[in-house]
Amino acid sequence: MAGFDIDRVALLARLALTEDERRIFGAQLETIVAYVDRIAGLETAELDATLHGHAEGAPLRADTPTPGLPLEAVLANAPARVDDEIRMPRVVE
Amino acid sequence: MDDIRHMTLAQALAGLRAKRFSSVELTQALLGAMEASQRDIHAFVTIDAEGALAQAAEADRRRAAGEEAPLLGAPIAMKDNMNVAGQPCTASSRILEGYVAPYDATVSARLRAAGAVFLGRTNMDEFALGSTTQTSAFGPTENPVARGCIPGGSSGGSAAAVGGGLALAALGTDTGGSIRQPASHCGIVGLKPTYGRVSRYGVVACASSLDQVGPMTKTVEDAALLMDVIAGHDPLDATTLAAPAPRLAGCWEGMDPARPLAGMTLGLPKEYFGDGLDPEVRALTEAAAKRAEALGAALREVSLPHAGFGIPTYYICMTAEVSANLARFDGVRYGLRVPREEVLGQYLATRAQGFGAETKRRILLGTFVLSSGYYDAYYNRAQKVRTLIRRDFEAAFAGCDLLLAPVTPEPAWPLGVYQDDPIRNYLSDVLTVGANLAGCCAIAIPAGATAAGKPVGLQLLGPALGEATLLRAAHALEPR
Repeated sequence: MAGFDIDRVALLARLALTEDERRIFGAQLETIVAYVDRIAGLETAELDATLHGHAEGAPLRADTPTPGLPLEAVLANAPARVDDEIRMPRVVE
Repeated sequence: MDDIRHMTLAQALAGLRAKRFSSVELTQALLGAMEASQRDIHAFVTIDAEGALAQAAEADRRRAAGEEAPLLGAPIAMKDNMNVAGQPCTASSRILEGYVAPYDATVSARLRAAGAVFLGRTNMDEFALGSTTQTSAFGPTENPVARGCIPGGSSGGSAAAVGGGLALAALGTDTGGSIRQPASHCGIVGLKPTYGRVSRYGVVACASSLDQVGPMTKTVEDAALLMDVIAGHDPLDATTLAAPAPRLAGCWEGMDPARPLAGMTLGLPKEYFGDGLDPEVRALTEAAAKRAEALGAALREVSLPHAGFGIPTYYICMTAEVSANLARFDGVRYGLRVPREEVLGQYLATRAQGFGAETKRRILLGTFVLSSGYYDAYYNRAQKVRTLIRRDFEAAFAGCDLLLAPVTPEPAWPLGVYQDDPIRNYLSDVLTVGANLAGCCAIAIPAGATAAGKPVGLQLLGPALGEATLLRAAHALEPR
């Protein structure tokens, strides 16, 4: 089991951690990763992966236009808006 | 009128049809009990008294006009991860506090079309990540039967509502046991349908290859009544199965009342009766097996050789999917936003403030097992081990109709215990995750109680689409 780099994983997960969280989660996750690592001893090279609970896959439905939700109903949950748009911090320089 | 809230769903529907009481009277009785129990049991995150009474009055008006529908006027509680148009839906998380569903989940729409009354939203572990309902951002739920103890989870609010006589029935979701385990701890029936049998459209996703919606009820008959409304293909959920959903209510009729299980073989997986099993749980499960034998079933020992790898496999697959599914909670379109000048800082701050500790822990683990350099060793390998687990179940079902097992290794434990020991909590799912990994159907029914009065459930597991056989056996074995 490789070392669990809490800072690298937290950034990938888009989670800011406090110093206490870094310490506690870091130690707990080391233990949890060591526990789940017990599957490492199983021979799996020849096995197919099971991706879903059934083998039917997920067939697409016909691409038929249908009405969407009313704009106002959707925007009612937006944390910040300008007219009919959601306000966000600048993402391009 | 207080006793009407302790009726089964079937009894209440019969009473409504016979006009012995109205839906408004029934709903009022339940709302009164719900509100009175909030301080102690806290089964609900939201109680929608005004909405429920309006729906009940409408149901009474429809019935008076001669209309009929399968659940007309029946009050139902919904786990707080299913959209019901116009009601809050928080998944018991601060990050969704204030969110109001703009549409119905398919299960909500089907219940609504069947005439159900939506009482409110039941408490749950945050984003269904837990087995105790203690990870809810809005405080824990207490077991209404084993007071001072956890109700189980993650559908602990639904289980407490039904077990405590606060709802006739409820819906829950089961990703690794989250319907069956709380049902067991609260002395009720909980059905995890076959993967793909019930639509998840409009349900807050936890782990999409594992999640199923199912009924939590007082009886097997009530579970069948709800399944007949919610099950079946949904064009809005591509993972629902195309096969028609057979009618389940009454599927046990015509069986020999003296030997209803004649011709049925029940397998006892030896790995589910190992050393870690609580002695009282073992004794009650073995007593249920003897009862099944007396009712005509043949018993045989079976093996699920990879059962010991179920928890590691589950906690890799599930957390990987959780980390991906919960990436959508970023403070952009809905829910909590912690404003920052630049977008990455806003993501980091919003998610840090919006998620609780267990959710963060699972997001971190899931992100790790999917990350570059570790994907093959963990996520890819776990999916292959999942194939071994699925094959174990297929081999077991080749020699028997159903499996009979405990639901949980131990009865409900006191609130607050094990909270700092994640692996200890994860191990409480050891007997339930297999059905999710393999896509089976499974049900928990009451098996009795410990000397201290804690409910203990019995688990029956069936192959995919084996709900009818599962419910026939469960109906024969449930307490009368």
